[in-house]
Amino acid sequence: MFLAMLGEAWRAMGANRLRTFLTMLGMVIGVGSVVLMMAVGQGAQESVKESINAMGSNLFIVLSGSSTAGGARSGSGNSSSLTVKDANAISELDGVSNIAPISMGNAQVVFGGNNWSTSIIGTTPTYLDIRVWELVDGYVFSDSDIRSATRVALVGKTVVDNIFGDVDPIGKTIRIKQNPFVVLGVLKSKGQSLDGRDQDDTIIIPLTTAQRKILGNQFAGSVRQIMVQANTPEAMPLVEQNINGLLNQRHNIREGADSDFFVRNLTAVANSAAETTRTMSLLLGAIASVSLLVGGIGIMNIMLVSVTERTREIGIRMAIGARERDILLQFLLEAIVISVIGCLIGLFLGITGAMLVNQLTQAAVVISGNSVMIAFAVAASVGIFFGFYPARKAARLNPIEALRYQ
Amino acid sequence: MAKSVVLVSNLYKDYQTAAGAITVLKQVDFSMEAGDFVAIMGPSGSGKSTFMNILGCLDKPTSGRYTLDGHEVATLDSNTLAKIRNQTIGFVFQGFNLLSRVNLLDNVALPLVYSGANKAERQMRAKVLLDKVGLEQHVNALPNQISGGQQQRVAIARALVNHPRLILADEPTGNLDSKTSEDIMALFSELNADGISIVLVTHESDIAAHASRQVRFLDGRIVQDERSRAIVLATESKEKIEEKEPN
Repeated sequence: MFLAMLGEAWRAMGANRLRTFLTMLGMVIGVGSVVLMMAVGQGAQESVKESINAMGSNLFIVLSGSSTAGGARSGSGNSSSLTVKDANAISELDGVSNIAPISMGNAQVVFGGNNWSTSIIGTTPTYLDIRVWELVDGYVFSDSDIRSATRVALVGKTVVDNIFGDVDPIGKTIRIKQNPFVVLGVLKSKGQSLDGRDQDDTIIIPLTTAQRKILGNQFAGSVRQIMVQANTPEAMPLVEQNINGLLNQRHNIREGADSDFFVRNLTAVANSAAETTRTMSLLLGAIASVSLLVGGIGIMNIMLVSVTERTREIGIRMAIGARERDILLQFLLEAIVISVIGCLIGLFLGITGAMLVNQLTQAAVVISGNSVMIAFAVAASVGIFFGFYPARKAARLNPIEALRYQ
Repeated sequence: MAKSVVLVSNLYKDYQTAAGAITVLKQVDFSMEAGDFVAIMGPSGSGKSTFMNILGCLDKPTSGRYTLDGHEVATLDSNTLAKIRNQTIGFVFQGFNLLSRVNLLDNVALPLVYSGANKAERQMRAKVLLDKVGLEQHVNALPNQISGGQQQRVAIARALVNHPRLILADEPTGNLDSKTSEDIMALFSELNADGISIVLVTHESDIAAHASRQVRFLDGRIVQDERSRAIVLATESKEKIEEKEPN
């Protein structure tokens, strides 16, 4: 009986193909846009999450304050207020798992006939641990390289591409500001940072080498930044407070006076970026859902027209023994079949569209089984919800009046 | 044989209209035994169609009793009424009322869908009945591809498909020419001979003459209820009946 009714629904849909197609189109567009928007939104969230993971977790960055020279104040990180000793003192604080003092700047790099301007990071091996940064080849310099300020370097992928080309960089000598450096290792690609910088366009060298040979600090032992990693997310507020207290004390800054350093919670920044993309993808989904709703209303509209047109048919069916629920089921089934087929086409187009977006813009898209199932369930419910009222209207027709209807 | 299929007593039917209540049927008493062939006649508005609808369980009387096959119809719920329309009663309409998008076989099989028969059984029984009404070559045709008389045969086949005990025919020959009408009436007579009770509404006395009993409605009342002595006399008594008509 159910199969017979499904056949009826199919035949009724086939009787007016253009109308069925247009009705279905509402669902197709609705489901298609929901799937596409969810794929793009989830893709954006996923890539933000990846950036956060690439950045490292539970991170603070301590920046030195601005310096004033001849009345012109430079930006933060330019004074020499932070030192390696500050970094070591921070590492003794409760809840701190790792620290890495950093000095950085830009320099011209030369290999053979090629040259390239890149950012130079002078730091300790823990920097790579904190940033969860692996090598694809070679090995990391050691603490003894820091002590003796050897001229060794880890090169990022962008640098490799630009100055080495097809040559294997390991063991080769490059020149940074005329100083020869031996390449020890090649860094694994990290892609863009949250603010869009190419993180692979960099060379990492021992902190002491950077300070003495490349960056030329005002006095030995000063650093631009200290990266601090807390044990747990819960420990972060306390760690932040303790860093401020410790550095104020070490720098002899009185209560109420301006500090000569800044502590920035990188994880909070990252989380707000994640929150932003989450809100954006919710917004996209909400807009797409509106088109699904409009599709549903389209189904209801057409089903109401169909019930009116087929009033006489309903009367005949009732006269030969259809129960109210048979009529209800017949029209409901028709609405559901339209929305489910529309949904399948919509899913197909949405997924194809998402792949196209991925191909054309390189933007990450994520098509999860969950979003597909949600779209399908919503479409079926839209069919039932918007098909129910017309179907009930049909089932409640008075058979005599229905038979008399011209 | 003496068991009443239909028993109606003191039946009233009111309709509410803008102009107030209209009483369409007044104090109708009627009974019918298994195998009866009743023709209901009367002018438009005399209440005969309303009476048919009540007999067919499509409408309910305002007051009075209607017993069908021993069941008090007023006490039955809508699902049971649907089942009665499906299995006890077969309807034949003036306008044939076939589903236009559906082929003849599926039209005839439609009542079986609602009685829950499986597809093989539906097709088998529908074929048997199309065979019986002489349309076995047209099983896959659509209703608009065959003549009016053939469509009415299909409608009769549909009415018969669930082995009803009672056929209700509302002006079944109203849209047909006289030759085709005769064929359809011959078919009804044949069914009646097989033991199926028939109630037939008609304007035409020569059609009514095929029945074994003529009931005349006027202004909502039964004003005449008489049995033909024999159907064979019907043709020769045609003139007499026509003479009686004015009263």
